[in-house]
Amino acid sequence: MLMNLFKFKGGVKPPSNKLQSNHLPIAQAPMPSRLVVPLHQSIGGTPRPVVEAGDKVLKGQVIGNADGWISAAVHAPTSGTVLEVAMHIRPHPSGLDSLCVVIEPDGKDKWITRTPIDHKAVPPADVFHHLQQCGIVGLGGAGFPAHGKLTPTKGVPMDELIINGAECEPFITCDDLLMRERAEEVVRGIALFRDLLQPKTVIIGIEDNKPEAIAAMRAAVDAQKEPFSVVAVPTLYPAGGAKQLIRVLTGKEVPGSMRSTADMGVQVFNVGTAYSAWRAIAHGEPLISRILTITGNVHAPRNYEVLIGTPMGELLALAQPHPDTDGILMGGPMMGFLVPNPQVPVVKTTNCLIAHDDRLFPPKAPEMPCIRCGACARACPHELQPFEMYWFSRAKNFGKTQEYNIFDCIECGCCSYVCPSRIPLVQYFRFAKSEIWAREREKNASDQAKTRFEFKQLREEREKADKAEKLAKAAAAQAAKKAAEAAAAAAESSASPTPDAPTAPLVAATTDAPSATVTPENDAKRATIEAAMARAKAQREAVQPKNTESLTAEQQKVAAEIEARRVTAHLIEPEPAAPAPTSEKPE
Amino acid sequence: MFAPAPFLLKDVSVSQVMIQVCVALIPGIAAYASLVGPAILVQLVIATLAALIAEAVMLKVRGKPLALFLTDGSAIVTAWLIALTFPPLAPWWLVVTGTVFAIVVAKQLYGGLGQNPFNPAMVAFAICIVAFPALMSQWPSVGLQLSLIEQMNIILGWAPRVDALSGATPLDAMKTALKLGDGSFDVATLLANQDIYGNFAGRGWEWVAAGYLLGGLWLWHRKLITWHVPLAFIASLTLVSGALWLYNPAQFASPLFHILSGGAMLGAFFIATDPVSGCTTPRGKLIFGAGCGLLAYIIRVFGGYPDGVAFAVLLMNLSAPVIDLLTQPPVFGMKDKA
Repeated sequence: MLMNLFKFKGGVKPPSNKLQSNHLPIAQAPMPSRLVVPLHQSIGGTPRPVVEAGDKVLKGQVIGNADGWISAAVHAPTSGTVLEVAMHIRPHPSGLDSLCVVIEPDGKDKWITRTPIDHKAVPPADVFHHLQQCGIVGLGGAGFPAHGKLTPTKGVPMDELIINGAECEPFITCDDLLMRERAEEVVRGIALFRDLLQPKTVIIGIEDNKPEAIAAMRAAVDAQKEPFSVVAVPTLYPAGGAKQLIRVLTGKEVPGSMRSTADMGVQVFNVGTAYSAWRAIAHGEPLISRILTITGNVHAPRNYEVLIGTPMGELLALAQPHPDTDGILMGGPMMGFLVPNPQVPVVKTTNCLIAHDDRLFPPKAPEMPCIRCGACARACPHELQPFEMYWFSRAKNFGKTQEYNIFDCIECGCCSYVCPSRIPLVQYFRFAKSEIWAREREKNASDQAKTRFEFKQLREEREKADKAEKLAKAAAAQAAKKAAEAAAAAAESSASPTPDAPTAPLVAATTDAPSATVTPENDAKRATIEAAMARAKAQREAVQPKNTESLTAEQQKVAAEIEARRVTAHLIEPEPAAPAPTSEKPE
Repeated sequence: MFAPAPFLLKDVSVSQVMIQVCVALIPGIAAYASLVGPAILVQLVIATLAALIAEAVMLKVRGKPLALFLTDGSAIVTAWLIALTFPPLAPWWLVVTGTVFAIVVAKQLYGGLGQNPFNPAMVAFAICIVAFPALMSQWPSVGLQLSLIEQMNIILGWAPRVDALSGATPLDAMKTALKLGDGSFDVATLLANQDIYGNFAGRGWEWVAAGYLLGGLWLWHRKLITWHVPLAFIASLTLVSGALWLYNPAQFASPLFHILSGGAMLGAFFIATDPVSGCTTPRGKLIFGAGCGLLAYIIRVFGGYPDGVAFAVLLMNLSAPVIDLLTQPPVFGMKDKA
C-alpha cells in the first residue's frame, strides 16, 4: 500500500550496528540463581508488595498490586521462595535503591492458574483491569501502563492507531526479532488495541532497515485479513520517537507540551506491548519476561527471552563479553545509560544491554566552547535551539531556558551527537530541567506554607473579632441587667419607676454591637484596636465583683430582693454600676 | 565511571570545521596569487604566525589550555581572512597590527573562541583602515609584475613603497572616477578600459571572486554553512545595485560588477557566515545576509571607504542578537500557534 509519508526536521544517522545481533533467532536465557524484581517498573504509582519473606510463589503470581489507575501489577517471574522484600539498586542512572522482591527459583517453573479472557465478550473496563492485573506496560521505553492509553480522549475522534516498530536506536534489535518471529501474535495484539480504541486506521511503522520484519508483519496482517498498513519509514534517528513517528505517518505534530497524543486523535503502542497484551488476553500470561538484545563488545551478540528480575551481569555473560568490557549500557547508545553495577536487574523497559568499551564508544574529547554553528538546531527533531538553551542552562538562567521550550526536549541526544565542540548538551538540559522541578517543588512548598500562615493569621483575627463581639455582647447584657436591677431597685425603693431607665443601656448596647462584629475583611489594625479594647474591658470587668454573673434567674431574683431590702434599709448606697454602658464607648 | 548519553558521537570537531574553512579558501587564494603574485602567500604566513603567537600569549595569560585552543584552527581562519582583505603588499607590521588586535582585543578579551560579538578579522580591517587609511588603500597597480624578492622587500620595508603601489582597487578606482567626473566619465567608458576592469569587475579579480564562490559552495555542500546568508547577501547586493543601475546605468555599475569586485564574494561566503558573530535562526540569517549586502553597497558606493563589506558585517554583528531574538522559529507542534 502506497502511503504519503511526511518528514520531521532534524534527526541524525549514527551507524546502526544492528547486524551484529539480528542474524540469530531469539534464545531462551537460562534461569538465574536469584531474581530481583523491582516493584516500581512503570510510570505511575509504585505497586504495593503483597508477599513476605518466606512466601512460596508460583510463576505469574502477583507480588505487587497496582497502586492507583496509572500503575500496573508486578508478578513472580518463576516459582520459588521469596527471600526478602527489601531495598535494592534499581536500573536507573541515579543508582538509587528501590523496593524489590527477591525470589529464589525452585527450578519447577510452575505456573499459577492462568485465566484468559475474551475481550470481545466482556466490557472494556474488564479488559483494562485484566491488562493492569497482568502488568502490561509500554515496552518501548517509558513504561506507561498500557490500559491507561486505551481510552480515546473525550470529544476527540481516534483517527490513527500507530504501532511503533521503528526501533531507531542503534544496536537494538529486539523489536526486529519479535516481529520476525512472532508477527502473528503481534498483529493479534494490534487487533485487540484496535477493538478497544476503534481508530479509523491502523498503521504499523517500521524503519526500512528491517526488511525481514516488514515482510513478516505484512504476511501476518494479510493472513489475518486485517486492514492494517505496514509502512516502511526512512531510517533516521529518532524516527521511533512517538511524536516523530506520528509526524512521519500522519503529518500531525503533537506539541511537546501535550502529554497525551490521544488529544490529537492518535495513539502509539510499541510492537512488544501489543505482543504482551495479546499474551495476557489470550493466554492469561502476565508480563514476566521480555526480549532483550545483548550486544556491543561481546563475542556472541544475540536476542534473548529474559525473565524480569534477572541480574544484568549474568545475562551479559551469555554473550561472552570481551575482557576489556568496562561497563553495561542499558538501552541504546543514544539515550541509554551505564548501569551502576552488574547486579542491577532487568525490568520491563530494558530492551538492550550493550557491553561498553573504549573502542566502541571512545572517551569524549574535551569540551570546547560553543561556536554557535547551529548544527544542534538543525539536528533537533523538536526544532528547538539547543545552543541557546545550553547558554542559559550554563548560566543557570532557567527562566530563559523555559522561554526556549526546554521542556519540549525529548533528550534524544541528536544535538550532542552532532556538536563539534563536544558539549554534552543533553546533560545541561537534564540539569536545567531538574533544577526547575526542584525550584517548583520548593516554590510549591513555600506557597503552601505561606497560604497556611495567611490562613492562620486570618483565623486568629476572626477569633479575636468573634471574641471581641462576644465580650461586647456579654458586657452589654451585663450592663443592661445591672441597669435593670438598679431600675428595679430604684422602682422598689422610690415606688415611682422611671420608664426609660432600662431602655437606655439597651440602646447603648445595640449601637455598640455592630462595631464589635468585625468581619475578617476589615483591616487588621481596626481588629487589633478592638481586640485591645475588648481585652481592656475584660480586664476592667475582671476587677469588678463577678460572683453575680453566673447566677440563675431565681438566684438573681433573690439577690435582687436582698439588694432591694438593703437599699430600703439604707445600709448601702445604690450601686454606681448603672451608668456602666457609658464606659463602653470609645474613649 | 560516569559518562552521559549519547555514547555515540559524530566524528566532528571545531578544528575540523576550521580546517575545512581554510581548505575552502584555497581556490580563491590560488586565483589571488596568480593575480598579484606570491606576496599574498607571504602575507598569509605573516598573519598566521602573528595570530598563533598572539593567541598563545593570551591563552597563557588567561590560564586556558594552550594545546587545546591553539589547535582549534580558529585563529588561523581569522589570520587568513585578514591577509586576504588587506592590500597584498601592505607592510608586514600593518598585517601584524591588525591580526594582533583581532586576536587580543576582538577575540580573547571578549572571552576567546565562541565569545566574540564581532568578526575579529573585520574588526582588524576596520581599525586599520581608520588608523592607516593611506596604507590600506594602496593596491598594486594592475599589470605590476614584481618578483617574490621584490615583493618581500616591499612587505618587509626594505624597498621603497614605489608609486606603482598606489593603485586602487577597481571598485575604488571607479568610485573616484565617477565622483571626480564632471560628466566626462561614465560607467560604460570606464569599463571599456580593459586594463583595469577586465571583462566584468576588474582585471583578474573576477577569478578571485569565482575562487571564493567555488570554495563557498563546497562549504555549503559540506553543510558547514547554510545557503541563507550567502544567498541573501548576494541577492540584496544584486537587487539594490540592479535597481540603481537600471535607474542610471551611466552613474551606477551593474550588479555583476558589484558581486565580483571587492570583498563581496569573500564576505558572502566566508565572513558573514561566521556563526559566532552572526545570526543563527534561518530567518535571522536571511535578514543578516541581506543587511550585509545592502550596507556594503551603500558604504562602497556612497561612503568614503574603498569597500563596505567590513563595516557592513560589523554593523550587522551589532544587530545579530536582537535579530535572533525576534526571529525564533516555532518549535515542533507549535507552528500554527506561532
